Amino acid sequence: MRRSALFSWLQAAPLALVLAIFLVVPMAMIVVVSFFDYSAFSLIPDFVFTNYREAFGSAVTWRTFGKTLWYAGLVWAITFALGFWLAYYLAFIVRGEMTRMVLFVLCTVPFWTSNLIRMIAWVPFLGRNGLMNQALIGAGLIDQPLEFLLFSDFAVVLAFVHLYTLFMVVPIFNTMMRIDRRLLEAARDAGASFWQTLWVVILPLCKPGIGIGSIFVVVLVLGDFATVRLMSGGQSASVGLMISNQIGLMQYPAAAANAVGLLVMVLLLMAAILRAIDIRKEL
Amino acid sequence: MQADVELIRVTKRYGGGAVAVDDISLAIPAGSYCCLLGPSGCGKTTTLRMIAGHEEVSDGDVLIGSRNVTNLEPAVRGTAMMFQSYALFPHLSALENVAFGLRMRGVARAERLRRAQEFLDLVQLSAMAGRLPSQLSGGQQQRVALARALITHPKVLLLDEPLSALDPFLRTQMREELKRLQRELGITFIHVTHGQDEAMALSDIAVVMNGGRIAQAAHPREVFEKPASAFVARFIGGHNVLRLPEGRFAIRTDRCRLGGDRLAGHVTAIEYQGAAVRVVLAAQDGQTAEAMLPDALFHAAPVSPGAAVTLGWDAADAHPLPQADAA
Repeated sequence: MRRSALFSWLQAAPLALVLAIFLVVPMAMIVVVSFFDYSAFSLIPDFVFTNYREAFGSAVTWRTFGKTLWYAGLVWAITFALGFWLAYYLAFIVRGEMTRMVLFVLCTVPFWTSNLIRMIAWVPFLGRNGLMNQALIGAGLIDQPLEFLLFSDFAVVLAFVHLYTLFMVVPIFNTMMRIDRRLLEAARDAGASFWQTLWVVILPLCKPGIGIGSIFVVVLVLGDFATVRLMSGGQSASVGLMISNQIGLMQYPAAAANAVGLLVMVLLLMAAILRAIDIRKEL
Repeated sequence: MQADVELIRVTKRYGGGAVAVDDISLAIPAGSYCCLLGPSGCGKTTTLRMIAGHEEVSDGDVLIGSRNVTNLEPAVRGTAMMFQSYALFPHLSALENVAFGLRMRGVARAERLRRAQEFLDLVQLSAMAGRLPSQLSGGQQQRVALARALITHPKVLLLDEPLSALDPFLRTQMREELKRLQRELGITFIHVTHGQDEAMALSDIAVVMNGGRIAQAAHPREVFEKPASAFVARFIGGHNVLRLPEGRFAIRTDRCRLGGDRLAGHVTAIEYQGAAVRVVLAAQDGQTAEAMLPDALFHAAPVSPGAAVTLGWDAADAHPLPQADAA
């Protein structure tokens, strides 16, 4: 008994070690640094609360956190709506393994290039004299170019949706493929309409996939800084962007304090998602 | 008797031109227990699914209670289906599974749960109401599936191989229960199976299918005593199908005895089966036959493998079969 317990610990040790070195230690460092003092040129080891007081005493920080949350919520809602129906189409409408495979690979095409390139690719399309505006003017639908298309919240959300919808599709598709098709027939046999089947059978059984997809999307959006900077043209801020700017100014303790704030927000959201959905069934 | 379920020249063709069910007609009287029986791929499940409305009918009509339901949704046909491996909703408790049909019809929660509880009582599973399907045994899951199918008061209950997932002991028990329920409820049961013993034990009409056609549809006793073809005789079991100078015959193995002068050969195998002993015989003309002898009779004059024997039977026990096997 004792021996086997020791053996279990040994088996878990390598991963625990990796997590400790690459996750726990850096996190702890951030927390430690967030209490440091700093001058324009150096970090001063100390235990002061000025970083937190400055960060969370300012309305700008709260607005930025709010804005980041707003991005996350909006992007989550859109990617969920898109991802669910894409997954539904792939799992239940498409017939034939081959077709399904091809369409699935098609969904991953955006991931064949880097994040940055995918974002930059929107610029000539959405810009003031971009393809979209030219097409709309050419079609006589508008006289003036639409300004909101690029360097706006619209552009930021669009890019996020473009980047992250697949992270919603894949886990939901996975859970849908595991639903026994006879359950749908059984529901129909019992008189369920399409929407009833969706609401009472499919949606509850997809919950683990929805949970995992939501975690992906929410965490990615909350941590992002490049998309917001590029697509908003510097007109919007997110917590990630704020931290990135502070690092650029070598204000590491201030950045660390904001990072701890962001971490707390992410953990709270994760807790909320995991509370609503038991994803263990999927793992 | 008035036919409750009637198939009129029903055909099922698939895209590639494959024919699963080939122009079958069948009338099942109200309140009877009908078994669709046959080897895998014979079209029995497809037939059931067409009656249920889960499979489109390519040609022909399905009538239930003299109403043409060929193009109706499953839920408005007055049928309910019990699926193979039950298809219980894994996220709903036994009680909620049973109440599902009522929920879809908009029955209020308290009312539907009360009625579901009654149906769980009917299948003697009241104590398990709160459990999820994964916390129930196979037999219990099946009772839940049965209650779920019955709660909408169907006129016809369709069962797709309901007993195949159970162990032999439970199977016999469940078989009795199905028959009891059918008698008590007085509705039509249509039950797909590949086990002839199941069909014999349960059915008022056994429909033997082969290659998408009906080989014979009759009371199981008639099927057993007067098989319509060599296929039926072989499939239903307990028969020797022999080609004799006078033609082709099905002779029940339990009506055969050693001795006599009808077929000569030697013993190739002997199986003791308790109440009977099965003696397998290779005839001189290459046919094989067997005799199911009462154990007392066998042990009064035992033979061993290799012994030269003859097989005999009463002329009345030889049931003539059509020469060519149409179905």
